[in-house]
Parts: sequence; C-alpha cells; structure tokens
Amino acid sequence: MTDKILIENFSLQYEDGIESLRNINLAVEKNAITVLFGPAGGGKSSLLRSINRLNDPEDIRLINGRILIDGDDILDPKMDIIELRRRVGMVFARPVVLPFSIRKNITYGLEVMGEKDQNKLNNAVERSLNQAALWEEIKHRLDDPAIALSGGQQQRLCIARSLALEPEVIMLDEPTSGLDPISTGKVENSLQELKKDYTIILVPHSVQQAARTADNAGFFLQGELIEFSHGKKIFTSPEVKKTEDYVTGRFG
Amino acid sequence: MKTNFFKLNRNQTQKLGFAFLSLLALTTILPIILIIGLLIYKGGSAISWNFITGFPHDGMRQGGIWPAIIGTFYLTVGTAIFSVPLGIASAIYLSEYSKDNTLTRTIRIAIINLSGIPSVVYGLFGLGLFVLFLKFGTSILSASLTLSIMTLPVIISTSEEALRAVPQSFRTVSVSLGATKWQTIRRIVLPEALPGIITGVILGLERAAGETAPILFTGAAFFLPQLPSSIFDATMALPYHLFVISTQIPEMPVQIQFGTALVLIAFVLSMNILATIVRSQARAKRQW
Repeated sequence: MTDKILIENFSLQYEDGIESLRNINLAVEKNAITVLFGPAGGGKSSLLRSINRLNDPEDIRLINGRILIDGDDILDPKMDIIELRRRVGMVFARPVVLPFSIRKNITYGLEVMGEKDQNKLNNAVERSLNQAALWEEIKHRLDDPAIALSGGQQQRLCIARSLALEPEVIMLDEPTSGLDPISTGKVENSLQELKKDYTIILVPHSVQQAARTADNAGFFLQGELIEFSHGKKIFTSPEVKKTEDYVTGRFG
Repeated sequence: MKTNFFKLNRNQTQKLGFAFLSLLALTTILPIILIIGLLIYKGGSAISWNFITGFPHDGMRQGGIWPAIIGTFYLTVGTAIFSVPLGIASAIYLSEYSKDNTLTRTIRIAIINLSGIPSVVYGLFGLGLFVLFLKFGTSILSASLTLSIMTLPVIISTSEEALRAVPQSFRTVSVSLGATKWQTIRRIVLPEALPGIITGVILGLERAAGETAPILFTGAAFFLPQLPSSIFDATMALPYHLFVISTQIPEMPVQIQFGTALVLIAFVLSMNILATIVRSQARAKRQW
C-alpha cells in the first residue's frame, strides 16, 4: 500500500476565530476509500476544502503544517491551484448541476482547460457517465437540461463531472445526504468500482455508511482527529472511548 | 335570533378581502390605461406618415416631428454606448470581485443615492462638465454623457442584483472543476444573470429617453431646420420638443401636442416590449 496524500501537523483557523482543525496527521491510501466521519462541525469539510484549496484565503487567519499529494506540497504559494483542482475532484453534499445540458455539464471542466476536440469530449462524456453508473439511464437524452434529472441522477452526474477531468483523487462531501436509499446504494456501489482507478476520500452522511464503505477511517471531533485506522478495526474495536461512544450511537 | 348583520363568517370575510385587494390592484393600472387612452383620444388624429417623417414648420404648428424622433433615438443610443459597458463592468466588479468592506458598502450607498438626485441637477452638472469645461458644446455627445451618468446607477444596481441572484454554488462548482474566476463569470454567472441585466439596462435607457431636464442645457435644441450631422451637433428630442410645443408656442394645435406625447410613449413602450421579448428569448434558450 502506498500513500497518495500525506497530511502532516495540519492546523487551520478561520478569520472568525473558530479554530477549525488542530494538528491533523493523516495518510490517505492510494486506490482505497478513506472515510472521514464524526459529528457536524468536526472539521471534515474544512479538511476537504483545504485539500483542493477551495477555502477563500480571505476567511483564513492561520494555516500550518503540510499537505502533500505525491510529495507536492499543495500549500506552497507556487502551487498551480487550477492544476491541483484538476488532480483532486470534489463532489458536494447537495448535487449542484450547472445550468447547461447533461453533456455540457460533463465537458465543462475540460472546455475551461481548453479542450476543443469534439471526439475527446464525447469520449469523456461516455466514459465518465459509465464510471458513475449513469450512462445506460440517460444516454438517449444527453442534450436535455441537467436540471431535469432526478436528485440521485444529478448527484451521479456530479460525480461523472469530476471524473471527466481524470483526477487522481476524488473527494465526496456527504454525497448521498439528499438521496433515497436506492440512489445511495448506486452511488456507494460506483465508489467501490471507482477505487480501482482513483483514490477516494468520503465524508459519509451516517456512521452506517462509513462502516459500509471505509477501507480506512478517521474519527473527527471538534477539529481533532481522534482516531485513525482500518475501517474494520475502527468500527468493531475502536481504541478510543470517544470513538466507541460515537460508532455505537451513544452520542452524535 | 341574535345575529349581527355586520358579522360575516370567515368565507365572506375572505371574499371581501379578495375583492378589496383586487380592486386596489386594478387602481394601480388605471392611470396607465387612462394616460394611453387620453393620448390616443386627443392625439391619435395627428398621427400620420407625414407627422412621423416630416419636419415641423409654421413655427411648429404644422408638419411633423421627425427630427425629434431621430434625436431621441441618437441620444438613447449614445447613452447606451457609454452607460451599458461601464454599468455592467461596475456591477461585475462589485458583485464578483470587491470585498465586502466599508469602502464597497460606501460605493453601494453612493450608487443608490445617485439615483435619487433630481434630473435637473444632472443637467446642470453636464452643462458645467461636458459643455463648458470639456468644451463639447451643447451637443449629442454632451447630452448622451449627461444621460449616461444619470442612467448608470440604475444599470449598476439592477445588474448587480441580477448577478447576486446567481447561486453561489454554481461559482464554487465551476472553480472546483478547474475554471478560473473569469471563466466562471464569463461562462456561467453572466449568461445566468443576462435576462435581469437586460431588464435593468432597458429600464435605465427608457428613463433616459424620456428625460427633459438633463438634455435641456446640454444638447437639446428648440428647433433645427436639418438633422444633426455629427455628435458635436445639438439635436431636437421628443421630451424637450413636447415641452416646447406645450408651453412656449401660443395657439399650438392640441392634437400635435398629444400626438407627440403619444409617439414618445410608444417609443418607451416599444423599448419595454423589446426588453420583454429579449428576456423571454434568453429564458427559452436556456430552457429553464
């Protein structure tokens, strides 16, 4: 096993004074699903947003430590943020389809990078929709407005949209929080397929989902990483009392 | 039987309430119906091909209003050339780039207050700055610039509102897909805001087309025997012409006054209709 992302002594403090992350050390395994879970406000989303630099520099008071992707320090001022975001895709909690057709939603990321070859764009549409397990459902109406899709389809479209850029890492922030159980199942299944080719970081919307999907899991509580280990271990025999209380449903 | 005649049951109260509110709503459209009705009744007989395309003669008591129509068209286009790019650019800056601090809040308050300045004050300002100081003379250029300054606040504030109405999540997603801020604005935010921006632009230009005071000292002519040939010429204009023939000329035939007002209203209303068409086209093209 190799580590795709190394987070070393990472701390983040927002301008409004609320300390968001304290001294995080974490290794994200390549071609595996790393789950970050815990109660709301624990800093999971902040960590995701830090990994592809989506935090507005205006809002950040203090940032410490290192985040390395294949050895490249992404907090380095010289880091090309546009290139970083191509390498690290992000899927948000609420599916946000752009106000275009289904096809254009997927090609958007490639087009802003200057890709004009229609064949390449079409191939990317088919490949990424297949990977997100959506191709069969919508292949006949690629030019319909994306907003016409159901919520579950929209979220898989958002996943496909990230995949179109052929990223190395995909981060998903509660991607199934608004979906019904069947759609959730489809998304989880496609994640299991995707991890063969990609490194996945998932913030699940429930402990059950965390347990179902995790290869590795980290428990976040109030800005600290309480425990990090293999998924099987953390959900069956956690070492820290707080983790045990949370996964057994005693709080949260 | 102790029933009170004035005590209504709740269904009756509801019906009465609806009737009252719809009556009030009707009163708001009554003035516009009355205005157009009166103009057509009193001025409709003046409208003819000669009236639209002819020059005034006999001290403006006869003939047409062509130079005033053309003048108002020039002034509206001139105003658009200056105020639309500047207004939209300012709105983009304020909505997308500026930080929310005291300075930008002050700018915003200033813009809102600018739209409250009486138009005659803009006229005097234009006279001082464009006509005299910059030596543009009383000309289409000076009048258009003056009208532009008056129109800018409307265009900026409505465009900024339209830009802000575009969901923040579109911007976040676009950036997360590797787009730059400008690509995000150019490809997503602007197209989404365009119907609202067009509405704001046309509302502003409409006001400019109908104004008298700002062009009074800066570019409007009482009477010109020929059409303006350059932007440094003065021009006749519909609102000022209407003012002149209504107040400055004795024994003016009433139907010419009302006919001129009718043409001015038609000019402004057709801009309105154009705005509605452009907006619904833009919506239909985007399919939602």
